[in-house]
Amino acid sequence: MAAPTATEKVTGANSATRPIRPRPKRLPFPLSLYQTAVGKKWVMAVTGIALLGFVLFHMFGNLKLYLGVIEENGERVYDVDIYAEYLRDLLVPLFPRTWFLWLLRFGLIAAFGLHIHAAYSLTRLNLATNNAYESKRDWLAANFASRSMRYTGVIVLAYLIFHLADLTWGWIPSTDWERGEVQANVVNSLSNPVVAIIYIVANVMLAVHIFHGVYSMFQSLGINNPRYNQLRRYLAAGLAAVILVGNVSFPIAVLTGLIDYDPSLLGPVS
Amino acid sequence: MSTKLNLTLSVWRQPGPEARGQFVTYPANGIPDDASFLEMLDMVNEQLIEQGELPIEFPHDCREGICGTCGVMINGRAHGQERGTATCQLHMRKFSDGDTIVIEPWRAAAFPVVRDLVVDRSPLDKIIEAGGFISAPTGTAPDANEIPVPKEVADSAMDAAACIGCGACVAACPNSAAQLFTSAKLWHLNSLPQGQAERFRRTEAMVETMESFFGSCTNHGECTEACPKEISQDFIAYMNRDYMKSLVYNRRLAGQR
Ligand code: HEM
Ligand code: SF4
Ligand code: FES
Repeated sequence: MAAPTATEKVTGANSATRPIRPRPKRLPFPLSLYQTAVGKKWVMAVTGIALLGFVLFHMFGNLKLYLGVIEENGERVYDVDIYAEYLRDLLVPLFPRTWFLWLLRFGLIAAFGLHIHAAYSLTRLNLATNNAYESKRDWLAANFASRSMRYTGVIVLAYLIFHLADLTWGWIPSTDWERGEVQANVVNSLSNPVVAIIYIVANVMLAVHIFHGVYSMFQSLGINNPRYNQLRRYLAAGLAAVILVGNVSFPIAVLTGLIDYDPSLLGPVS
Repeated sequence: MSTKLNLTLSVWRQPGPEARGQFVTYPANGIPDDASFLEMLDMVNEQLIEQGELPIEFPHDCREGICGTCGVMINGRAHGQERGTATCQLHMRKFSDGDTIVIEPWRAAAFPVVRDLVVDRSPLDKIIEAGGFISAPTGTAPDANEIPVPKEVADSAMDAAACIGCGACVAACPNSAAQLFTSAKLWHLNSLPQGQAERFRRTEAMVETMESFFGSCTNHGECTEACPKEISQDFIAYMNRDYMKSLVYNRRLAGQR
């Protein structure tokens, strides 16, 4: 390399400004998308929408906990227990039983995997850009939600695993978990105040994540119309609020007895 | 009549790129409140020279808010507390007597310190270079309305073209992302009829060059707050949109993969 010119010496041009990451060798088209940060954000936004769809659907489904006992085929049963069965029967003439549910599950797992991997690799990239100030920074626009995405995300992931272990797999020994007994399992688990508090805190974190995520996703996808941009904030706040109120209501309702499990109500209609 | 201010400065001093830096405290007494921020630094530097010390190096050129050379963190804010104002346009009347002012250079891995408050912003030039050339015929002025440009498009392009390339957006960004700068440069050309020929090639090249130096945008919005030209983050969304299109479009052209 030629010796630096006088100007370069003074301005430091050509000095230390090396790329923080080399440009990768290009993969063929759809994969090349995932090699760039803008593309990864796009993937995060699309998978974020899928996860959001799941979270909303899951919350609405759980509202059946409030419906309590209903009559079905001459038997009194808890409505959520039937609902869980119904999910396994989704699109049954088209797909064998539970197949469609598994298809949705695989989609969700893939969405989670991509979302988390993109979050991880972009976080690595951003940490490498090292912009730590020695003096105190003053934040003008960044809010708690936007600055804590990676932490709220990790908390949501940890909660997700706990939640599956608790109610899907029945690994928490203190609750006598039984497959298919949704109402009983939920009530048994959430009537423990410690578990209820875990659910409440985790769902507050989820709402915080969604509050920034929904706004951010529009920008990442390039959905921007100055006339309607304010609506993106309202939508983010609205969705976060709906999910927050819905999900946090379950542990509270169990603790206050609004949702309970009483086996004497079940059985054949006399 | 101007009032005089007595201030305390806490300034980042660093003798060279590899040297360790630190904050050094200087008194700045008798500063007229109609001085600009850079004039205040000039006065402090005169004092320092008289005392046989090295003056504080700070970036500056036009001092009228149009060149983008100046720019430091002032009390934790890029270009100081005034919205839409470059450091050279910040005036001392915005400070009060007795204030302590902390002055730090832009921080980003892509902006290494050259000396004191001066950083090397050449990665921004690399992004511009990646955009390629434009044809700007010299000679007589082109006829008005030879190329029709709708008023709204001209306004939007002009808003983007207001970027002076100071790097405050990068400095203010917790991720050191250069999205605001790059998207402003892109939209200034991509929105105009003259910019269509190379639109998607340019977008791909500039975005990918940007990514090799800077972080990834997480839509905090600190950039617009810091920007002396109040460039809107809407351009970032336009850039994201054009980039996704470019991945498809550039590959549709014959012979490309
Ligand atoms: C059901 C759970 C989740 C939902 C509904 C969700 C939703 C979203 C959405 C919509 C975005 C915005 C994407 C964009 O800006 O383009 C986002 C960003 C993000 N998510 Fe999630 N996410 C979930 C779980 C997770 C998990 C488990 C993690 C990490 C372990 C995570 C980490 C992140 C990070 C780091 C960002 C980027 C933040 C930013 O751009 O400011 N998320 N999320
Ligand atoms: S977008 Fe604003 S802050 Fe960023 S370089 Fe341009 S003028 Fe400076
Ligand atoms: S010195 Fe030119 S913009 Fe401030």
